Amino acid sequence: MRRLLILGGGTAGTIAANRLRRRLNLDEWRITVVDHSDSHYYQPGQLFIPFGTYQPRDLVKPRRRFLPDGVDFIVAEIDRVVPEENKVLLGDETALDYDYLIIATGTTPRPQETPGMAEGELGKSIHEFYSFEGAVALADKLADWDGGRLAIHIVDMPIKCPVAPLEFTFLADAYFAKQGMRDRVEMVFVTPLDGAFTRPVAARHLGAMLEERKVTLETDFMVERVDPEEKKLVSYDEREVPFDLLVTVPLNMGADYVARSGLGDELNYVPVDPQTLLSRAHDNIFALGDASDIPTSKAGSVVHFSLELFEENFIQHVHGRPMTRLFDGHANCFIESGRGQGLLIDFNYDTEPLPGKYPLPGLGPFTLLRESEANHWGKMMFRWVYWNLLLPGKEMPLEPLMSMAGKELEEVVR
Amino acid sequence: MPVATINDRVVNVDDEGFLTDYDDWDEDLAKVLASQIGIELTEDHWNAIHFLRRDYKQTGETATLRRVTTVGGIPTKELFTLFPKKPAKKMAYIAGLPKPRGCV
Repeated sequence: MRRLLILGGGTAGTIAANRLRRRLNLDEWRITVVDHSDSHYYQPGQLFIPFGTYQPRDLVKPRRRFLPDGVDFIVAEIDRVVPEENKVLLGDETALDYDYLIIATGTTPRPQETPGMAEGELGKSIHEFYSFEGAVALADKLADWDGGRLAIHIVDMPIKCPVAPLEFTFLADAYFAKQGMRDRVEMVFVTPLDGAFTRPVAARHLGAMLEERKVTLETDFMVERVDPEEKKLVSYDEREVPFDLLVTVPLNMGADYVARSGLGDELNYVPVDPQTLLSRAHDNIFALGDASDIPTSKAGSVVHFSLELFEENFIQHVHGRPMTRLFDGHANCFIESGRGQGLLIDFNYDTEPLPGKYPLPGLGPFTLLRESEANHWGKMMFRWVYWNLLLPGKEMPLEPLMSMAGKELEEVVR
Repeated sequence: MPVATINDRVVNVDDEGFLTDYDDWDEDLAKVLASQIGIELTEDHWNAIHFLRRDYKQTGETATLRRVTTVGGIPTKELFTLFPKKPAKKMAYIAGLPKPRGCV
């Protein structure tokens, strides 16, 4: 009997369990999933909590419900992996042996990594929406807030869902306008990047959208500390951004047990081959989803596309054959832009987000890198898709590898 | 692919002038690259540059600022003093490595 052990029952762990359960013979394989809790959060929904679009109860379901029969589920803290012994130690000192290990414990916000951020003002004038509790606290704050200077801030890349801070900005602009208080709010977007987004064409489009909304853009800002008394962000090159309300995206890091096990890089992400997701250090360990160091978005779409390929690769690998379904870093993300509109971006390791139509070239129904109502409805419908199609690992009419069909190239030429 | 002539040598570069071939680089070239962006290299500069070179060879990626600090042991504040305004980009430029990937 061989054991496949999956650490993490989030998006990646759940899809992997569902897909591999269908492919592995349970007379030969035991599949076990470990997570520290039984609550599965629909994380894309956290963006909407601060504005009251979603209520907290809309976003949580039991993890167990999305795992198939025949898969064991253990709720426990993970103490460490001992790769030399093919063993995982749990918090209660139980040991689980494995033949193959999948690390899928994602990434979490760490406000305590930035001096001054978690000291006293967190939850008062300093907020974040990357944790469920943080998003709920921010909803309460916005409901009472009567305006002032709002700084939306990213500590460092990479972060989960890299478009979310921009979406928050667009939605906040629309929210304040609707409350009749937009003229009482001064908005500034503070980023360590040299533009509104990472790659040139998208940075130009999204930067123009900030400008239209009268949001100041503060670039190349590497925060050294937050001054909670004087309410300002201070950068390493001694620039200062004052705020009345700070909505920050704290440093994102992989799980601490990854570091304790000696399996992570400086941010606790597991170094893997970007095409196969196999650990660079261990031939029987894979890292899926946000937990790995692959240079593409930390996003559910990446998990979805990469796992469609991973399923086949895993079967090939356990049979000692070379893995042939190579991942290209394909990601796509809806970007809510407020007032019932949204954008969609589609890209991979080598191709930056470009304008066009998706998934059908020329037809859509979604428009790439331009606002449309269809994109907004795509995003809203996605919650149903997530629970009912994505987590169970059902086939969707989207190709796992990115396609250039439907994309407009002339903008890339400089 | 564009090329540039630096110190009478022809090297491959990208659109923004970053060297694209790891082995095109040597210390003399680094001095010229540094002077082009107004930096005179001291021992502290070399320390950072050599870390970047070593790390790239191991990982195949240009180290981020955070990695130079946590793995290379050079405080971020110092990097901003040595390579003002855009240390990650400037270090990569002088070290003859690709511009650090803006992770999307």
